[in-house]
Formats: sequence, C-alpha cells, structure tokens
Amino acid sequence: MEEHLLTVRNLRVSFDTYAGEVQAVRGVSFYLDEGETLAIVGESGCGKSVTIQTIMKLLPTPPSRIKEGSICYQGKELTALSDKEMEEYRGKEFSMIFQDSMTSLNPTMRVGKQMIEGILRHQKISRGEAKKRAVELLGKVGLPNPELVYRRYPHTMSGGQRQRVMIAMAMACNPKILFADEPTTALDVTMQAQILDLMNQLKKELGTSILLITHDLGVVAKMADRIAVMYAGKVVEYGDARQIFYNPCHPYTWGLLGAMPNLIQDVKSELYAIPGTPPDLYAPPEGCAFAARCPYAMGACLKLDPEEYVCSDGHVSRCWLMDERAEEVTPPDGVPTLPRKSVPGKPSGNTLPEGGTAHE
Amino acid sequence: MSEILLEVQNLKKYFNVGKGQTLKAVDGVSFQIERGKTLGLVGESGCGKTTVGRTLLRIYEPDGGKILFDGKDISRIRRTEAKALTRRMQMVFQDPYASLNPFFTVGEIVGEGLKIHKLCANEKERQERVYELLQMVGLNKDHANRFPHEFSGGQRQRVGIARALALNPDFIVCDEPISALDVSIQAQVVNMLMKFQQDMGLTYLFIAHDLSMVRHIADQTAVMYLGTMVEYGNTKEVYSNPLHPYTQGLLSAVPVADPDYEKAHQRIPMDGEVPSPVNPKPGCRFCARCRNATDVCRSETPQLKDVGAGHKVACHHVQS
Repeated sequence: MEEHLLTVRNLRVSFDTYAGEVQAVRGVSFYLDEGETLAIVGESGCGKSVTIQTIMKLLPTPPSRIKEGSICYQGKELTALSDKEMEEYRGKEFSMIFQDSMTSLNPTMRVGKQMIEGILRHQKISRGEAKKRAVELLGKVGLPNPELVYRRYPHTMSGGQRQRVMIAMAMACNPKILFADEPTTALDVTMQAQILDLMNQLKKELGTSILLITHDLGVVAKMADRIAVMYAGKVVEYGDARQIFYNPCHPYTWGLLGAMPNLIQDVKSELYAIPGTPPDLYAPPEGCAFAARCPYAMGACLKLDPEEYVCSDGHVSRCWLMDERAEEVTPPDGVPTLPRKSVPGKPSGNTLPEGGTAHE
Repeated sequence: MSEILLEVQNLKKYFNVGKGQTLKAVDGVSFQIERGKTLGLVGESGCGKTTVGRTLLRIYEPDGGKILFDGKDISRIRRTEAKALTRRMQMVFQDPYASLNPFFTVGEIVGEGLKIHKLCANEKERQERVYELLQMVGLNKDHANRFPHEFSGGQRQRVGIARALALNPDFIVCDEPISALDVSIQAQVVNMLMKFQQDMGLTYLFIAHDLSMVRHIADQTAVMYLGTMVEYGNTKEVYSNPLHPYTQGLLSAVPVADPDYEKAHQRIPMDGEVPSPVNPKPGCRFCARCRNATDVCRSETPQLKDVGAGHKVACHHVQS
C-alpha cells in the first residue's frame, strides 16, 4: 500500500446542540501527497471547514465530536492524540490561513510579536534570531519595508497586507501542510491573484502541500492538482483537476460548473441554477442528499445513498447515474462536454440528447 | 427606440473626513442607461461604485453634476420630491442580513412602500399585493408572517427583491446583490433578476465586483477606479477589447474555471493596491500601478475619449 502524507478515512463529525445532533461531516475520505494541492469545493454548510478544523483539532469537544474515522499523518493516528500532543503538530507540521484576516490576527499585538510567538514555540532559537526570521518572512511574502511592518498593528494594514502577514506566519516553521480556508474570498480579484501566485510560489520553493478550501471554481482551476467536491457532509466526487473540470460525473458538480459564468465561455441567456437549497443536517435525508435538488434523480436516489463509482483512474463519483442500470443523461449547457467515460459495461462516448433536458 | 432613462453628467460626491481632508469618492462620473437595459458597474472595493448607486437614489446628496431621470434633473430637488421618486427608483442591497428590519415581518417589509405611497385602497388589497410579490420571487404566502431571521441568505435576498419590486419601479440599483450568496443560489437570483427585466421592462444599474457575472448580465459595462471612470462601453466590446491598462489587469486577474486555460494564461502584472482616495494627486489616478505610465500621466488627468462605437477610455496612451 502506498503511503500518503495525510490520509483521512471515513471521517464523521457531529455537533451536539440543544436542537439535536448536527451531522456536519458524514463519512469523508481523501488523501494528500507531498507537494500537491488538494482543493475541497462546496457551498457553505457542506462541512468543508469542519473537516479541516477537525484535522487541526481546532474544534472544542463538546460540542463537536469525532464519531468515526481516522486521520493518519505520516503513519501517525491524529485522532488519538491529546490536545497537548497536538500542539507539536500545529504551527510546525500543519499551519492554517483563514478567510478573515481581521479576526484571525490578534488586534492587540504588533504583527512581529504574534509571529515570533509561534517561531519560539517550535524552534530552539533566540528572540533576536526569531525576529530576524520574522522580518525575512515578511519580506518574502512581498511586503515592502518588512522592518516597519514588523512593528505595525493589524488594523493599520489593508486586507491584502494582512493576508500576506498570515501567510508569512503560517510559513514560519516550514510546515508540511498548509490549510487554507477560503484565503482569498474577502479580497478583490487583483489582490486575490497576487495572493494565489504567492501561495503557488511558496509551495514550489518549500514543497509544502496545500489543502485549499474554496467555493470559487476559478480559484480551484488555478491552484488545484486534485479536487474533492463536497455536498452535505460528504465527498460526492473526487479526481484530479482535469477529470473534474473536463469530465465531471456528478450532477452537483455539473450544477456548480453551470452556475458560474466565466470570461472565456459564450454568454448564455440563462445560467444553470440548481433549484432549492442544501438539506438540513439535523436530519439528513435518506438516500442521496442531493436527490431533492437533482433534476436527474431516480427512484433509487431517494432510498439508498449511492456508492462510490470509479469513473476512470483516480476519479470517483458518488451517484447512481454511474450505475450501469441507470439511463444515460447529458450534463446541462455550459458544462464541458468532453465525452464521458463511464463504468465498464456502459457505452462510453456522447450521450443521448433526450435525458438532458430535465432542467429548465 | 433607444430611450435614455437615466443620464448622469459629471457626478461628484465628496466626504469630509476631518482635518480639512476630503475623500473624493466619486469625482466626475458620467454615463447613460437606456430604458430596459443593464449597466454593469465594476471596480475594486473602495472605487466608489456603491457611492454612485446611492447618490443616484439621493441616499447621499450629490456635490456636483447632474442626474437626469426620465429627462428631469433630480440632483437638486427637495426631500419631498425625492421621496416621490422612490416609487420609480428602488434598490437591492448587498447584505441581505443587514438590509431587512429584524423587527418587521416579511409581509410588513414588502408592504411598507405600498403603505407610504398609499398605493392600495385597503388593507386587504395590500395583503393580496404582498402575497403576489412573494410568489413572484419564489416565496409563498405563509412566509409573509415570518421574520427575516427565519430565512436563509438566498431567501432574504428574494425578500429584498420583492420589496424593490413592490412599487412597480422603472429603475433598480442592484448593489452587489449576489456577492453574499452561495454559487448555486447566485445563479437563481441572477436568473430571476433577468426574467423580471424581460417581463417588466426594468432598467438596472448592476454594481458588482464579480466580472464574470457582469459580463453575463450587463448590456453595457463601466469600469471605475478611485472615483473616476476609466472605461465604458458595450459589455462585449469592453471584455473582448479592453483598452485601459486597469481594465486589462482586472480582467486578466479573474481566475477562469478551466485548468488548461489557467496553466497557459499569463496574468498581466498589476501589483500594489488601490491608493487612498483622500486628497488624490493630480494626474491619472491609476498611474502609480500602471506599467505604461509616463510624465504626462503624472501631471494631467486624462478625460474619457470615444474610440469608436461608444467605447470610451480615459487614458493618455490610447489613441482615438
């Protein structure tokens, strides 16, 4: 069996609240190899943030609890570690950048002080050396006058500058994995492009793996080697970037691709909108969680949760449409239509036109 | 048949930020919108696009320039007249959480304008109209008695749209109506806005920072930078043939959902950030970040020039 840097198997996380149990993550599996970027894509509430916060052990227990599953990092089981033991990993092996740089930096501390906190905790160096390292990092992430930035407070900086500080801080101990939770959602496109380029450059230089969470498929296309699409606490489709973008096999992925206009496609008269809203995870539906919004849903979808179907090497979709007994359907307009490869036993190539008109 | 519904000439809005300093949020912006069409207004945060929208509706008092609505200058009218105008001009706000009064039921929110303008003969008629509006935006009758906190972001934005439609306006300012929503819900709301435009002949000013969405919805696009308009024209023309270096940089920074394209695509470098709009220096506002900047850019402010077919650019280095 091949060794991955990080392997998550069948992870289930629930929150116990007064209103009952929220099943935020319901059986998520993926792996991350050294030096690659995995993007987890999904809408708010699909469990993508909970997944990585569970890996980092950032969620307080209670209310959260891991019901099942394993998180394996370099052969070590992380779910068994205590908070104290986890501290050795956080900041050193793993680090994280958050969406909102204003609330994730300490407003009462100068930038430099927050930076050397982590450096001193994990590296055996003097305060002076730590300072030198921090200034060097601030320069590396493209902040002009790093010595001045070192002494500034977060509120005196712009969102893009703060996000750079967060990246510098995250990179301070040369982590193996960088978790990035919507790192550019709050930024303008030009700043977003600069931050993404910076992340890619650091990844190349330091060989860091990135686990990126986002809902923007444009960002995914720019960054990701592999992609996991999440919906209602499950990974519904995963594969490498080209497989997901050019040969998507799950109706939810089709919906996401069809719902976002982009700058190179022809302008359509109407966007493909996924009807309805995501399900309530207090009481997740029986069967496929997406069935209620899926224009292609069949009888089986409402009763039984679909299994994983292998679409091609390394590309898996959790959808009954991939079963050989299901009818062929065509993805909606605007979704790339390279010929779909199907499971063995099903004719591959282009599909029948009739089935595809189920959406409005 | 092209009838201009709204014309803005040299609009200015300054804010006093203390210590004798002025923030020139909007500094001489001009554009026109034809009836039944959509003008997309794009730019980075802080460029003044929201201020333009708010000044048009007289939420802010303009400090200069003219706003001609249906041929009438509305930039200097009195408060009472401005109130009458709200029947014809409405707004959909960005944040569906902050823009609905939490103490009002959805029915009261949607029906408030009807009450203010006395458009319904009695309570029952108003109720019926509210139900009709809720149905139009994909909600139902029962939702009228609920409070905003009981709804999701997408549903709240629908309430906001129903409120804007209640008075049968001609013109709606949509101020980033979808940026707080999830991808799949964004498409629902945009489709709905476009359908209403077709059915009712509405005119939109669509303010957004999502350039792909503006390309989808707008007939014309205006690009703003630090309170000034740098490029303006037909959407197709602006997107396929951007002439201003800022527009070029902005468009090239948008990531496209296509991995092969992204790999091959070289971003036009545009580093740095938007400078402060407080006490701007003379000259082109973009010159500090512009790769073509020369001395003339630092001393003279470029004016919008027509380069053909209504495509206008404010740059010294673009020949008309």
